Amino acid sequence: MQCPKCRGNMRTYERNGVHIEQCDQCRGIFLDYGELETLSRMEAAYHAAPPPPAPGPAWGAPHHPGGHYGHKRHQRGWVGMLFSS
Amino acid sequence: MVLEAELAGVAGTYGGSGDPVRHQTRSDSVVVRRGEVVVKAHSVRDDVPGLRARLRACASPELAGVMLAPLVPEVLMVAGRAVTVWPAGRPIGRDETETAPWEEGARLLARLHAAPLTSLPALPEAGGPGRAAGAVRRLEGDGPVERLIRRTFQELPEPEAGPALLTHGDWHLGQLVLRDRWLLIDPDDLGVGDPAWDLARPAAWYAAGLLDPEVWDRFLGAYLAAGGPALGDGDPWRRLDLPARAVTAQLAAVALGHARRERRELDEAEQSLIEACGRIVRA
Repeated sequence: MQCPKCRGNMRTYERNGVHIEQCDQCRGIFLDYGELETLSRMEAAYHAAPPPPAPGPAWGAPHHPGGHYGHKRHQRGWVGMLFSS
Repeated sequence: MVLEAELAGVAGTYGGSGDPVRHQTRSDSVVVRRGEVVVKAHSVRDDVPGLRARLRACASPELAGVMLAPLVPEVLMVAGRAVTVWPAGRPIGRDETETAPWEEGARLLARLHAAPLTSLPALPEAGGPGRAAGAVRRLEGDGPVERLIRRTFQELPEPEAGPALLTHGDWHLGQLVLRDRWLLIDPDDLGVGDPAWDLARPAAWYAAGLLDPEVWDRFLGAYLAAGGPALGDGDPWRRLDLPARAVTAQLAAVALGHARRERRELDEAEQSLIEACGRIVRA
């Protein structure tokens, strides 16, 4: 197939199940009917993917990386708790 | 105090020398150390036949290198109290929490849980669930915080049938001592039960936002890497969820009791446990 823009030679690639023709010369891309929709669906699914669940129970405290453990750690109450029944 | 002097005498009989030092405990148990020997008068609430079996388990070869072995494998009766005699070990200092051996603790629990029950003396039930129920039952007053803690405990889901294995029953950092290696101490709640309860206290601390997630990951990771059998395959929280909820209610009840007796407000760490109870009942 010839590139409709520069008449260069077009090569077929497959990306995630979508056929893409790309021009060797101008790098232009040609999509077949329905393939743009397929790519759009894949993009939407990517953005809608839920964040991985936090490793913990549903009722766990929200953990902030580098959060407030520092000052709680030194509290008498917390240290006492670590050592008592 | 008469009992303390009698315990110092027992320590001397078993080779302890020097001035007796009484260790602070929050229960009615009394612990006296003389040099290399520690003598403990157990709580009057403790069940003595159960303690005998627990002590023999600690002395058994199956638990060598896991539980501290007693100097005397029998329960003595002193001034009407059940008394046990132990070699002294070095506990973790209150100022050493940054370097506490969490992984060692986890690996010891993994080995304890894997111990063959059939080779040990017949043991009572492990004490974890009873301790949680007792702490909530002893809550006094009927304010909103007390009601929240009771509700957290009452609304626990029905337990699934879990493994029945050797379980420490009351694990925290005060239950580790260093001799030539780290060992677990205190068999008062040792017994047969769901071993997930031994991991539930750190799990509850983590879920309350108190325990640094990195420390929790190290603890849990070491337990799983050592082949600890408490949590099965897949999401560790499937088995941890129920005991961690129960222990959150227990810790909140104990914290509230301390604050009330000391006539003070809850501190920030204790408040975190109450907030965790709030999230549990809304979950």
